[in-house]
Amino acid sequence: MLNTKKYVPWLYILPAIFLLFFFLVYPSINTIYISFFNFNSEIFVGIENYLYCFTNEIMLNSFKNNALWVILFVPITVFLGLIIAVLLDRVKYESWIKSIIFMPMAISFVGAGVIWKFVYAYRPASAAQTGILNALRMAFQLEPIPWLIIRPWLNNFCLIVVGIWIWTGFCMVILSASYKGIPRELLEAARVDGASEFKVFWQITLPLMKPTLAVVATTMTINVLKIFDIVYVMTNGNYNTEVIANRMYKEMFIFRNYGRASAIAVILLVLIIPMIVINIQRFREQEGIR
Amino acid sequence: MKRPVSPFTRLPLHLVIIFIAFIWLLPSVGLLITSFRGSAEVASSGWWSVFQHPFNFTYFTLENYYQVISRIGMGRAFLNTLYITIPSTIIPILIASLAAYAFAWMDFPGRRFLFVLLVGLLVVPLQMTLIPILRVFNKFGLAGTFPGIWLAHTGYGLPLIIYLLYNFISGLPSELFDSSSIDGAGHLQVFTKIVLPLSIPALASVTIFQFLWVWNDLLVALVYLGGTPDVAPMTVRISALVGSYGQDWELLTAAAFVSMALPLVLFLSLQRYFVRGILAGAVKG
Repeated sequence: MLNTKKYVPWLYILPAIFLLFFFLVYPSINTIYISFFNFNSEIFVGIENYLYCFTNEIMLNSFKNNALWVILFVPITVFLGLIIAVLLDRVKYESWIKSIIFMPMAISFVGAGVIWKFVYAYRPASAAQTGILNALRMAFQLEPIPWLIIRPWLNNFCLIVVGIWIWTGFCMVILSASYKGIPRELLEAARVDGASEFKVFWQITLPLMKPTLAVVATTMTINVLKIFDIVYVMTNGNYNTEVIANRMYKEMFIFRNYGRASAIAVILLVLIIPMIVINIQRFREQEGIR
Repeated sequence: MKRPVSPFTRLPLHLVIIFIAFIWLLPSVGLLITSFRGSAEVASSGWWSVFQHPFNFTYFTLENYYQVISRIGMGRAFLNTLYITIPSTIIPILIASLAAYAFAWMDFPGRRFLFVLLVGLLVVPLQMTLIPILRVFNKFGLAGTFPGIWLAHTGYGLPLIIYLLYNFISGLPSELFDSSSIDGAGHLQVFTKIVLPLSIPALASVTIFQFLWVWNDLLVALVYLGGTPDVAPMTVRISALVGSYGQDWELLTAAAFVSMALPLVLFLSLQRYFVRGILAGAVKG
């Protein structure tokens, strides 16, 4: 730490602190407050907005869909990212393939939505198929299907695939760095002792990577709880694909019900708080080491 | 000491990897090819049919790009995106680098508390902030304006940028600072002459991060700018096109590619910094 006059640090930090309070701290508190009021924040309604969230059918469906996203998206992205990272470590053209898998992270969810809507494009069997998935089905003498409309499993799963396509590269990059950090001698020693590749992976690699896997999994969970763009662009929550964040947007902008929209935001926050706690703990641990 | 391995035992490994890469690339290839095909071809056959006569370039056209840029307003939207993104990248990085320096190398009351608060703010969902800020923006005439969204992106970007820069700047060797304070250099000089030049790799990481984040953002633009053509960025424009031009794939794909081209170039040329940023603890969403 450098010696300095008392006011100097504040000159450096105040612009940031002011903006953080104005754009994050104050509005968060205000949102909690107005979630107890009616649509235009004039009449106190107690927990009515929350009761709505936990009884309204579309809201309950959104929770269910977000749960489905968490259950499928998080393990699949983390597992695929791990497998790809470990496999790529063994080949010379690693960096090329990594760029390909990682590339969707650079483009917008909107762009990804268009790309995949085209993959899922559907036309009746009499017309030429332009979506590659239905063309494949036709090649196998199967009827084309409207992937994004068949509810509730297929269409939600199709949306989740888009998320997986985007985020697996993120998991891969972090897990690959962690994998390369494992001392090679450790793995070699186990192999020399006659352990199979499979055993080396499950009994040495995986336990050593556990902390990183946990970090990646919490990050993915946060992302998926807030999932918005993909659903907004591809189905806008129709055909039973509604998710919490898209519902919040609709309550805010289409139904103009700020009370309900705020209650949904607060519920989203409450779902994410465990991840915030984990984040702060991780930071404290890092500080402890330093 | 590697055991010699026959190339054939590794064949399945290569096949699996190539297969995964193929699956990952395929959707984007379909988009790119379709964006160069005429509307009649797009409506009557799949994009893969171009491989039946791959060197017959008469099947390709730039018409779609001309259409989306001039007639459907993607040209305007591209400029809007640029106009939103550049200040929304520069302003938060300036403010954050000052704060990160203070957090790393100055002592002041509440330092630890403020930093823990910052780490907590990293994962607060944007949804918690939209309505109150929109109300303030409406009151001060900032809704639907570029300065409004610059400020919003600055506020939202700060926690992650400060966090990443702090991690880097606090790791600089303390000898640098001791000797310079002996020389009598003030904080501002230490910051501009030593810290900033040494932090260029970290600054590059956060710049590409924030740039891509703002470029690709949909929610913040939808809420604070809305869909008016003279301010709406490409993401907002394209999501509207998906509704109105749902079956005109040659136009949708061209519009999508217009929005993806710059991020892809940046990504391919600066991938190193992007990866470094992610590894330094990217938890934003």
